[in-house]
Order: sequence, then C-alpha cells, then structure tokens
Amino acid sequence: MSKASEAIRIATQRPGRFPHASLGTLMWLTIVWVLLWGEVTPGNILSGFGLALLITTIAPFPTVRFDGRFRPKALAWLLMRFVYDLVVSAWQQAFFILQRKKPRGAIIRVHLRSESDAYLAMTAGMSAVVPGSVPVEADAASGTLYIHVFDIGIAGGVSNAHQSILDLEERILRAFASRDELMQAGFVPGWSRASGRLPVPYAPAYEPPRRTDDLACWDLRSDALHLRLPGAVARQRRPQYARSDGRRGRHDLDRSGITRPAGCDDSPLGSAGSVRRGLGGRLPRIGCDVACGPAG
Amino acid sequence: MDDLLEILGAIFLFAGCSLTLIAAIGIFRTGDLISRQHIATKPQVLSLIFNLTGAALLVRDSTMSWTMLLVIAFQLITSPISAHMLFRAAYRTGTARANDLVVDELREDLHVNPAAVDNGRDKR
Repeated sequence: MSKASEAIRIATQRPGRFPHASLGTLMWLTIVWVLLWGEVTPGNILSGFGLALLITTIAPFPTVRFDGRFRPKALAWLLMRFVYDLVVSAWQQAFFILQRKKPRGAIIRVHLRSESDAYLAMTAGMSAVVPGSVPVEADAASGTLYIHVFDIGIAGGVSNAHQSILDLEERILRAFASRDELMQAGFVPGWSRASGRLPVPYAPAYEPPRRTDDLACWDLRSDALHLRLPGAVARQRRPQYARSDGRRGRHDLDRSGITRPAGCDDSPLGSAGSVRRGLGGRLPRIGCDVACGPAG
Repeated sequence: MDDLLEILGAIFLFAGCSLTLIAAIGIFRTGDLISRQHIATKPQVLSLIFNLTGAALLVRDSTMSWTMLLVIAFQLITSPISAHMLFRAAYRTGTARANDLVVDELREDLHVNPAAVDNGRDKR
C-alpha cells in the first residue's frame, strides 16, 4: 500500500461499531438505488440498503461535523432562492451570449462568516448558481472562497457579487446552522434575514478585503504555501459568550499549526484591534504585525 | 388535462432546446476555458432540467420520471464540482488568461511569493 493511500485510509477510518456511516447517508444511498430501479419493492430497498452498508464500509468518506437538523422555513426559502437564481443566471448568460459581448471576468475573495467546513462546502457548491459565479479556490483554514465572476456587468459590480455570496451563506446558515453557530457568525438566531445581525462589538461590520500592502508577514513561511494561501486572512475570532458549557469553539485549535505570537491579540476589542482599525479596519490575522516587524 | 400536459411539455422542451442551442453558440464564440466552463455550468444545466421536465410531462411514466429526477439531482450536485476542478486546474496551469480578468484577488494572494507559485503565467 502506497504512502498516500495509507494516509487516506487513516484519515477516513472510523473506529467503533459497524455501520460506519450516518443513517442519513445510508438512507440517501438506498433512495438513490431504489430510484435507479424506478420501483419501490422490498427487494429493491433491501438490496439498496445492503449496498449502502457495503459502499460506506469499503469507501468511507471523512466526516464533517453536521447534525442534519434544519429550520423548515429557512430551508424552503433557501431552495426557492436556489431555483430562482438558477433560472435567472441561465437566462442572463443566454442573453449575454446573444449580445456578442466579451465577458469581463473577475476573481473575488470572499471571507465567509461561519467557522464550519460544512457550510464552506455548501456555500461553494451553491455559489455555482448565484448568477454568473463559480468557485475557483477554497481555503478552509481561513474560511475564504475565491469566486470567479463571469461578467462584472451582469453581477452588478464587484461589491454586489461579493455581497450576493455573503447573502447565500447567510441563507445556508439560517437553514442549517445551530443557534450557537449562528451567533458565532454574528447573526441574531432566526429563520429569516429580518432577524438581523448582532451589534458591532460581537459582530464586526463588514470590512472590505485587505489590499496588498500588508503581505509582508508571509515571507516568514512561504513554505506553508500548500497548506494555506499566503494572503488569506485568519478567521475572525469572536467572543465566546455563546457557549454555556464553558468550553471554547474549535477555531481556538489553529489547524495550520502556527502558534500566535504574544501580543497578537485577535479580539476586536483589544488594543491591537484598535490599532488595526486605524490601519483601514483589516481583519486580524495569524502572525500579525508583531511577528513581522517592519515591512521589507 | 392531457392536452394541457402536452402543451406544457412542448413548451418546456422548446425552452430547453433553445437554451442548449444558445449554450452551444456561447461555447463557440467565447475563446477561453473559464468562460466556456461558465456556459457549460449554467445555461446547460437549466436546459437539461427543462428538457427532462418536458420529456417527463410528455411520457408520463413514473419510472422514467424518477430516473429523470435523479439525473437532475446528480447534475446539480456534480456540475459545480466539475466546474470548480476545471477552473482550478486551468488557473494553476496558467491556461486561464489571467490578463483578461478585471480584478484578480486570487493572483494577488498567490503572488506574495512569485517564485513558489509561478506556474508559467508570466512567461507568455
């Protein structure tokens, strides 16, 4: 067994009792099997379930923390908007093609508000139908999506394209995220957008993407390029007031393995935070100014 | 009732076929991979949905309808992923014409250390 396949095996194995997948996965695979045969018979269901068990044992997937619960009204709204966006984006592009114009594409960087990989993946997948966009790159460590916009004119400008991705993420979060996750992402829990956002000390107002002038830090570890994109911004750390059990959220475990230097206070209320506000309101980053010294 | 379904099915089929035609024209007209991929992701997916819905309305056979629903579901799941993989490969190998982009924030981020990420984009 090669080194890579061994690594994949270790990463995906789930020790413990036999059904190595969740009930939802097994049911989904069974339903697909039954639909493929086209008729609901006991034989079809049984063989489908057996196959689902076999498949999930032989070829397990890495799991993502997601409990499968949702808010019905928010999910209905999410799906309605999804279909609407699909139709609108297809027709917009069709008209664009017929007008013989040359598309003016752009790749924009969007920092998502949630912490979870599950919502990052969902947002990336569904953003392919937000009118005229396709995800080019996703950086899980910093929660950043790089989205290619087909034509800036159709999208209504870079900031509109940016906002539409954030709106999509909000719809997904309001449909699937738990109360704690919603509050950590800075939203008032509730099913619709009308619930609004938490006040500013808890949910920093949208800050525009950082420009190129503060990239100096990255010379220190350009060898980490494969782990994370150099310019990506560290995830916003939010106050942990929402947890009742006294533990802290998973973003304290910095998966890139880079320790934060002392004095690099990420709190929006901290002293370093106020300095950064003065520098144009940038998001705090791992390995901030303290570690780098003057820009070269 | 049957007449209504026939007419609806015909409308769906017509819309789907027109979208397919437009998508084909678009792929013919746009030169670069990224734009083509956009066209293959969106108008094409909607045209497939329209065509299958039209066919389901005309045929009215439950087995076929379920299969078509499955096809649509898999198309919706896989097309963003295939688009993303092609995009990423194209971008990283420099096939995508980075100079045509109005804004390119990924390039800004990748070019902090050009030696480490230069995939030949600047050599053309």
